[in-house]
Amino acid sequence: MSFLMAAEEGANPLIPNIWEIAITAIGFLILLFIVTKYVVPAFEKIYQDRKEAIEGGLAKAEKAQAEAAAAREEYGQQLESARLEAQKIREEARAEGDSIIAEAKERASVEAARITENAQKTIAAERASAQASLRTEVGTLATALAGKIVGESLADDQRSSRVVDRFLADLDAQQQAGATR
Amino acid sequence: MISNGLVVAAGEQQGYQAPTIDDMHLPAIFEIGSFAFGKQMLLVMLSVVIVAGFFMYAARKRAMVPSRTQFIGEMGYGMARNSLGKEIIGAHAYKPFVPLLFTAFFFILVNNLYGSIPLIQLPTMSYVGSAYALAIIAYVTWVGVGIKRKGLGTFFKDMTMPSGVPPVIYVILIPIEFMSNMLIRPATHALRLFATMFGGHLAIMVAASLTQYLIMEAGGFAALASVGSGVLGIFLFFLELMIQCIQAYVFTLLLAVYLQGSVSEGH
Repeated sequence: MSFLMAAEEGANPLIPNIWEIAITAIGFLILLFIVTKYVVPAFEKIYQDRKEAIEGGLAKAEKAQAEAAAAREEYGQQLESARLEAQKIREEARAEGDSIIAEAKERASVEAARITENAQKTIAAERASAQASLRTEVGTLATALAGKIVGESLADDQRSSRVVDRFLADLDAQQQAGATR
Repeated sequence: MISNGLVVAAGEQQGYQAPTIDDMHLPAIFEIGSFAFGKQMLLVMLSVVIVAGFFMYAARKRAMVPSRTQFIGEMGYGMARNSLGKEIIGAHAYKPFVPLLFTAFFFILVNNLYGSIPLIQLPTMSYVGSAYALAIIAYVTWVGVGIKRKGLGTFFKDMTMPSGVPPVIYVILIPIEFMSNMLIRPATHALRLFATMFGGHLAIMVAASLTQYLIMEAGGFAALASVGSGVLGIFLFFLELMIQCIQAYVFTLLLAVYLQGSVSEGH
């Protein structure tokens, strides 16, 4: 309605004032210049910086994760090798233990054998010495007894020992005869 | 509702005079010959300061973690850059046009929003010269880019001869396409912006002046009708606020679409 009235009054709103065009165009171009020169680079820089910061952070996190994975891997390997080592050591210990036991047994048996032998030797030696001392003692006793009985001096050592030897030989012969019988 | 108001006003026989276009054009602040520097031109200049000032202030720290102001600035810049530039022109070619799209959107937005700021209340694009100026810049840019990228022949071929049409149809199609793309397109680009701002401004003026008239001059029972026109005025204010934003976006969106046509290969 007012549109029509305006048209009647001759002020056509579609006819521009040339200065309006000029001022608006100049204003727009000044703003375009400022935006191109300062605003856009500033915001682009902010975006770029932030992008880099975020990407840097991501890369860092990724690296940390990779490191952690590597550490875990290494740890696992170490654990595995430790387990193997332990098993090996156990194995060795068992083998060593076995060999020690075997050695100890052997040594013990050797020792036992030696002790037995020694004992036998001692026994033999003691028997021999006992025999020897018994022989002399028996000889002396017999000689003294015989001398007392016979009244004959048997002081002569040579003779007396001969008599004793003969007696003992008889004794031996008797003993052997008894043993064979 | 407006007709109701007018009927009531007419019934009073005191003669309600609706505001006219002449009321929209304020007297100049100063004049040099034919150059009349008025409020509208002052506002255009002020908008340059506002847009440049705000975004330079917002970006001054270049902080990694943005302050509230920087965040708003980044959001505005991101919208012009990504949703208007990257998504419409295409990721490979949008970069050089970001400043133009950004400037167009925020320049128009501020100039439109003047219409909703108390005491200023003058959308500068309701002066047709301003809308022409922007459309001319847009036209020169997208035609220039098209000719430079594709060469004169290919550019006009793309503009006037859509592919996939039987050759006979071209007889009709070439003049139509030429008219539509080369002549009507820039005209509508300017007039769409102008007309929405002009119409909205006028509608609010009518509602406001009617309310004022009904209260101050009609009086009595007719003053009750002022509630209707007042509510209408408030509704129009918010509608206009929305349109001011949408038209800034639409103008820039169309500029981006035209530029996309100029940089893309064929249709």
